[in-house]
Amino acid sequence: MVVKRKPKASNATAALAQAPISNDQELAFYRDMLLIRRFEEKAGQLYGMGLIGGFCHLYIGQEAVVVGMQSAAGKGDSVITSYRDHGHMLVCGMDPKGVMAELTGRATGYSRGKGGSMHMFSREANFYGGHGIVGAQVPLGTGIAFANKYRGTDRVSLVYMGDGAVNQGQVYESFNMAALWKLPVIYVIENNKYGMGTSVERASASHDLYVRAAPYGIPGCQVDGMDVLAVHKVAREAIAHVRSGAGPYVIEAQTYRYRGHSMSDPAKYRTKEEVAQMRQEHDPIDLVRRRLIETLEVTEDVLKQIDREIKEIVTEAADFAQSSPEPDPAELWTDVLIEA
Amino acid sequence: MTTMNMVKALNSALDVMMERDPNVLTFGEDVGYFGGVFRVTEGLQARYGRERCFDTPIAEGGIVAAAIGMGAHGLRPVVEIQFADYIYPAFDQIVSEAARLRYRSAGQFNAPITIRSPYGGGIFGGQVHSQSPEGLFTHVAGLKTVVPSNPYDAKGLLISAIEDDDPVIFLEPKRLYNGPFDGHHDRAVRAWAGRAEAEVPDGYYRVPLGKAAIVRAGEAVTVLAYGTMVHVAMAAAEEAQIDAEIIDLRTLIPLDIETIEASVRRTGRCVIVHEATRTSGFGAELIALVQEHCFYHLEAPIERVTGWDTPYPHAFEWEYFPGPARVIQALRRVMGDAT
Repeated sequence: MVVKRKPKASNATAALAQAPISNDQELAFYRDMLLIRRFEEKAGQLYGMGLIGGFCHLYIGQEAVVVGMQSAAGKGDSVITSYRDHGHMLVCGMDPKGVMAELTGRATGYSRGKGGSMHMFSREANFYGGHGIVGAQVPLGTGIAFANKYRGTDRVSLVYMGDGAVNQGQVYESFNMAALWKLPVIYVIENNKYGMGTSVERASASHDLYVRAAPYGIPGCQVDGMDVLAVHKVAREAIAHVRSGAGPYVIEAQTYRYRGHSMSDPAKYRTKEEVAQMRQEHDPIDLVRRRLIETLEVTEDVLKQIDREIKEIVTEAADFAQSSPEPDPAELWTDVLIEA
Repeated sequence: MTTMNMVKALNSALDVMMERDPNVLTFGEDVGYFGGVFRVTEGLQARYGRERCFDTPIAEGGIVAAAIGMGAHGLRPVVEIQFADYIYPAFDQIVSEAARLRYRSAGQFNAPITIRSPYGGGIFGGQVHSQSPEGLFTHVAGLKTVVPSNPYDAKGLLISAIEDDDPVIFLEPKRLYNGPFDGHHDRAVRAWAGRAEAEVPDGYYRVPLGKAAIVRAGEAVTVLAYGTMVHVAMAAAEEAQIDAEIIDLRTLIPLDIETIEASVRRTGRCVIVHEATRTSGFGAELIALVQEHCFYHLEAPIERVTGWDTPYPHAFEWEYFPGPARVIQALRRVMGDAT
């Protein structure tokens, strides 16, 4: 069985949206989710060692969301997200070495060390950042969708936000414009239940977040964000819908982050039992692993081989980040304005 | 050449650029069908279609953010914020996104957008239709801020702004749209027609960003002004018969410090005039720069004439507005003549 580095993006058509999921694809899901998990664990370690400073928001627990979504996206479809962005970059095909080097503020990072964890970009990967202001990426991604439509392409703009962002006014400005102008955009709400230390119940008057765009006539759905297959299927349908020119779509993926909001999080807003239960009963990687072994009859050896490869990639990324030089002090002044 | 007021000149700039570059598009509140509250986009929708000149919801944050996204993806949007006073809902997007995109993506992405907005007083707009917020933008690294003072410059600067790969805040002195205004509100309104700056080429030309204009040569004192205050300063110098050199900054960022420095070193005196409130206004930055560059050439303390540190009042429009009388007082003070 061939294990691909990353599932090749496909042209999602209505027909394809119905296509069965192959074993190779499930293995690719497993691989991509494991890459994010191990990468984030390593980032957490480097943070603890003082090699990553400032803010660092780990994606551990939420892997099925971005992997399920992006496995249904195609070449040239763009991604924009908030500050919990490492997983999105890895799945978009950005080099783990460059991402880790950016986390450690090195010259070899995607933004030459000047962006850090929350602010990374790749034109090549159609990854439009990495944004540190809650909700600010949502109208930006709406503008990207506008540009795609203006140019007459059928590319889709995937805009990720958290449950905290859905109470920002600019999200509704975006919904209105996207519906008014029938823009090819998918809004993915990653509902991990907590905006920093405040639960959805304490921050939102209504708790079904996918219906927030319904008054604008934007269709939406809720999906188990801990099940990559479920996310993938919903994503295929949504992308086919949007690519057909039918206008925007909203997906609320119900997910969970295991770690704190950022690296310093007193964890007083939820119980240890709640976190433990999610990890034990709903872990997205365990779910796929069980399905691969029990239903698809993939051997432990195949999975172990993947585990080893991922470990190697992550170790290599960490080594690269630690051995890379810091940016030249002259870089302080570059890329402020065009002349600089 | 055609005689144009500032509205027509700005319209012509948009027309020229939309004709030349299919990636240029313009939108905002009432911009499309209606042609803009001050008529700057009149006729553009009819000429270029609803895809390229269109109305938006009243949602300034969304308007600017959508433009940034378009710009990052290769378009060159020009948005209109109907009054500069309405720009604050978009402030987050301007400061946190537009101004930072190039830096934090290490040059991979940029926001080649132009945000046009009428600003300033003199039309009894009251507190939220009269403000001069330029200092909020000059304080932010990663933005350019442009303020034209006449039709010729307005067109040439707007073309430069649209072609510029950085985000440009383009503030249009709305009291100058239909004619030069020197602060004498009790005199007859004048039109642009008949003035050299109103003779505007029909086609493409640029007035470069970062180049000030010496609009009146003089030896006794240097006056730094922009927008409406250029005309106020001119009137003040003529009426007081002071040999003032008046520099129209035209762009605040990038600033033409060379022209300022050369003039102040020669005159040894400097008066700065702006309509915006005084504290932390752009005049404070100019004073700092002039003393850094020209300290040993100064013959007198630098003066600034500004709006007061109050909201823009409706009833006291002309007490707030820094008219020629206040500029003359400042000129006389720096000349050592207290009369």
